[in-house]
Amino acid sequence: MAAVGGFFAVDIGSVLYARGPLGSGGRLTPQAFVDAFRNVYGHHPGYRLNHSKGVAVTGYFDSNGAGAELTMATVFRQQRTPLAGRFSLAGGDPDVGDTAGAARGLGLAIGYPGSDQWRTAMLNLPVFLDNSPQGFFDRLLASKLDPATGKQYPGAMEQFLAGHPETARAMQVVKEHPPTSGFADSTFRGLNTFYFVDASGERTPVRWSLIPMQPARPAATPSSGPDWLFSRLIRDIRSGPLRWRMLITVGEPGDDLPDATIAWPPQRRVVEAGTVVIDRIETEMAGNARDINFDPMVLPHGIEASEDPLLPARSAVYAASFRRRAGVAGAAAEVQVDEVAQ
Amino acid sequence: MSAPSPDVVSRFSVGSRVLHWLAAVLVFTTLIVGFVLANSLGSYATLLGVHMALGASVFVLFVIRVVNRLTHRPPALPATVGRVERLTVAGSELALYTLLLAQPLIGWAMQSASGVPVVLLGVLGLPPIAPVDAALYGVLRTGHSVVAYTLVVLIAAHVSAVLLHTLTLRDRMLSRMTFSRAEKSGTTM
Repeated sequence: MAAVGGFFAVDIGSVLYARGPLGSGGRLTPQAFVDAFRNVYGHHPGYRLNHSKGVAVTGYFDSNGAGAELTMATVFRQQRTPLAGRFSLAGGDPDVGDTAGAARGLGLAIGYPGSDQWRTAMLNLPVFLDNSPQGFFDRLLASKLDPATGKQYPGAMEQFLAGHPETARAMQVVKEHPPTSGFADSTFRGLNTFYFVDASGERTPVRWSLIPMQPARPAATPSSGPDWLFSRLIRDIRSGPLRWRMLITVGEPGDDLPDATIAWPPQRRVVEAGTVVIDRIETEMAGNARDINFDPMVLPHGIEASEDPLLPARSAVYAASFRRRAGVAGAAAEVQVDEVAQ
Repeated sequence: MSAPSPDVVSRFSVGSRVLHWLAAVLVFTTLIVGFVLANSLGSYATLLGVHMALGASVFVLFVIRVVNRLTHRPPALPATVGRVERLTVAGSELALYTLLLAQPLIGWAMQSASGVPVVLLGVLGLPPIAPVDAALYGVLRTGHSVVAYTLVVLIAAHVSAVLLHTLTLRDRMLSRMTFSRAEKSGTTM
């Protein structure tokens, strides 16, 4: 009987350890992020935990072949690859009013849903604000608004920044790069470092960015209701395709690879690899970008993740988010569409 | 209770025994990696790759085991196993084989439904076996967890039953599947 009891203890114990309840003490888990997002933004079933407000787009990536020097990824051969994408605003409230200061996101799934697809989730920021999952987690909690005042709890962010000088520095850099008038004239950056791998196995550290070909317009002025940023984007795309030049910045020895809060020096070599064109926009609904998890670790043969600890953490938390909304979307797809369409 | 002869035990064939213990190690490892993976932040992508490779080998192994099971008659159960228990034994064996064949396929279909390419060990690309559909992904993802927990329970019951027989009824149930040399073996092909 002791052996039976012993077996049960090992069997159930190892599952409990692996699953969390016994072993997660002090360890950050995807569930902890789910709880934190719900704590800060409320529980919005069927939506993304973060960047909940967004719109689906499609288009293509016209590669000029220049990137093929650095990577064997088929998407960088001289060819056109269709893509699905999503513009979004940072934050976990899908009904939040647009603000010029909220970080703008652009997720792309180039070659979706093929076997060699490349997914990337970019922001209109010059650097990312955190260099560790713990930093992101703590900043998220510190950013919670007091429902009584509509502002952050006094002292919370100051206390966080005192312990995270990398975020304080990054916020200063962000302040020096004020947001543009809208999505169309925003520069979007991948921020994390990746490796391009060529046919001989040579690995080159790179970061990528999209530079708008639309001329910059005067700074954003909120107008025409709570969705003014998205409305402007919809009108822009209706009047013609939007284009961005894709730039691949090549890192050099000594450049910071795993720290997304540190920008590389501006004199780094840049390869212009082609043009991203967005020519269709539609309400998020079943079958379009609403149902794509822009997991930055879904990479084609020829692109690899760097040692940046944010990358596997993003992958894990995005998967937790996708899992939770995918089931719900199946149960109430009609309602979701109506809510997003407002 | 008729005491079984202590020095004669009919065993599974050597091949069946090897397959069984290989399966035990693989299934246990795959389940644990799967549970850790679902709660991992830093090693999520790495563990997912390991889990998918392990899951694929579980599937291949169980295809081989089904063929082996159909071509090799297992040794008779000891007399300590009653009629009702025999039905339970047959049912749980069928359930284990079925779920262990289904679980890797659910995982594969689930990945396919999310629109992500399924690549084993970074080199072996598998074709999608389900349409890209987030709602379907949600159902399959939940099913994958339910089957995982069911397997944990079934395996625990399977091991407990064998240990109970071996330790309390002393019918040497476990020896049918072990490799110890000391015992006379009436191997059944």
